[in-house]
Amino acid sequence: MEIIEITKLRKLYGKQVAVDDVSFAVEEGEIFGVVGRNGAGKTTTVECVSGLRTPDGGTITVTGLDPRRDRAELRQRVGVQLQDCSLPDKLKVWEALDLYASFYERPADWKALLDEVGLGPKRDTAFAKLSGGQRQRLSIALALVGAPRVAILDELTTGLDPQARRETWDLIELVKARGVTIILVTHFMEEAERLCDRIAVIDGGRVAAVDTPEGLIAQVDGAQRLSFRGPPEADRILRSITEVAGVTRDGDHLTLTGSDDMLLAVTTALAANQIVPTGLRMERATLDDAFLALTGHAATS
Amino acid sequence: MTALPVKARRATGLRKFVLTETKLYLREPITAFFTLILPLGLLLILGIAIPGFRDPDPSLGGERVVDTQLPAMMILLSVITSAFNVIPTVLAVYRERGVLRRLSITPASPGMLLAAQLLLNLATTVVGAFLTIFFGHLVLGTRVPAQLPWFVMAYVVGVCALFAIGLSVAAVVPNSRAAGGVGAIVMFPLLFLAGMWLPRELMPEVLRRISDFTPTGAFGQALRDTWAGGSPQMLHLAVLVAWALGAGLFAARAFRWE
Repeated sequence: MEIIEITKLRKLYGKQVAVDDVSFAVEEGEIFGVVGRNGAGKTTTVECVSGLRTPDGGTITVTGLDPRRDRAELRQRVGVQLQDCSLPDKLKVWEALDLYASFYERPADWKALLDEVGLGPKRDTAFAKLSGGQRQRLSIALALVGAPRVAILDELTTGLDPQARRETWDLIELVKARGVTIILVTHFMEEAERLCDRIAVIDGGRVAAVDTPEGLIAQVDGAQRLSFRGPPEADRILRSITEVAGVTRDGDHLTLTGSDDMLLAVTTALAANQIVPTGLRMERATLDDAFLALTGHAATS
Repeated sequence: MTALPVKARRATGLRKFVLTETKLYLREPITAFFTLILPLGLLLILGIAIPGFRDPDPSLGGERVVDTQLPAMMILLSVITSAFNVIPTVLAVYRERGVLRRLSITPASPGMLLAAQLLLNLATTVVGAFLTIFFGHLVLGTRVPAQLPWFVMAYVVGVCALFAIGLSVAAVVPNSRAAGGVGAIVMFPLLFLAGMWLPRELMPEVLRRISDFTPTGAFGQALRDTWAGGSPQMLHLAVLVAWALGAGLFAARAFRWE
């Protein structure tokens, strides 16, 4: 079932086009990624979904509601974590959760939530004394304290160290396990690839592609790459193998692109000619490569 | 858990906000010092240290400085600090750090946080005024306001006028640092015109006339008149109501949540 539907969304800031033409649908229970470079229109798109901005064109429905017309009801059902939002410095963790829980008709049990996000021991700590990762975990807890059906998480791991980022990813998977549908806005391709069931690639205010991470990667030419060091006489043999699409040489170093069955064909042919490939490595294309292929530029600029 | 009716939920929400803001206020001892302790301290120190303040002063019509002039100015100081320093700074911090924006995507309104801030500041200024009157009376023999209903009325419209101006400052300043600066720039001339350093009785006629139309001049005189047992001048009440409405409308139009 589709829980969020966006059709031909358009949003201008003055004369500046932030979102040109965006359409996609999010299925109930999935983690749906919205990826793109800074300024691509990701945040504006989800701000229209959460009712924070009024679209200039197109329609949005979220759990059957119109984000502008049914504002009050939408706010009960959608939990949002925003970029660049903080709490008063001296507010304690439990006080923030207790306050936010009081806004909702049927709030989640914030004490249980506190333990789930791993902030149990930080219950009485003031916001200013929390680390970046702890603040993000509190921010997730605040987005969930109203027991929403949909959670929108915007650039959740920006500025976190790798350890805190991985912990936050585990937490997002936990949220999904509770049956909450998640829209995850990010410009980290590694994060999108690891977490998302499906991804919309936004570029210049338009949708470049919507697919599973694997589906997006499969669209890249030479999705498989094989690299090793070998002597010059190997080149002629390699070029005659049908599974190999391309051979590039840089000194000793060879990089081959080709189909999934390339590995066996190459090693067999080399062994038959008594050539030993050293440092043999199979590489798979990543979502970064897919992003580059789809939009013509790298995800992080 | 069953759903609460909307009205009950709003009341719970506001109570939680007031409680939360009160806790945060008490965790900033500097703020509490400037609004609660400093005006009372100044009253007692000046009242005790300057002997002339406790003698009948012909220039004040035979009244002692500690009777109404000094305590009224100290109450004004407490209200003006809340209005021009505490409120604009807190709201500007909340705005620039996204606290208000974050609230706007919950079922609660950032307006509730604003209401809680105003209620809290009203409460602290009332406590400040009570402490000033109580200890002033105990230590210096300051009068207890003789016309209590008029005194309370003058106090309420005065607080409304100054808080409305404070909200206007909060509405126009770009950030919290500017809020403190603009607040201070507005505060000192207004304190002067209220008679903080030169009692209104000693002001040249022109200056006193200007003072009549300022929110602080009207507020200070209305407090002194009712303190001494008279009724406030209608001019002063009208001036305060006009400032409250004018600044209140301006703030409501100009205030940005993000």
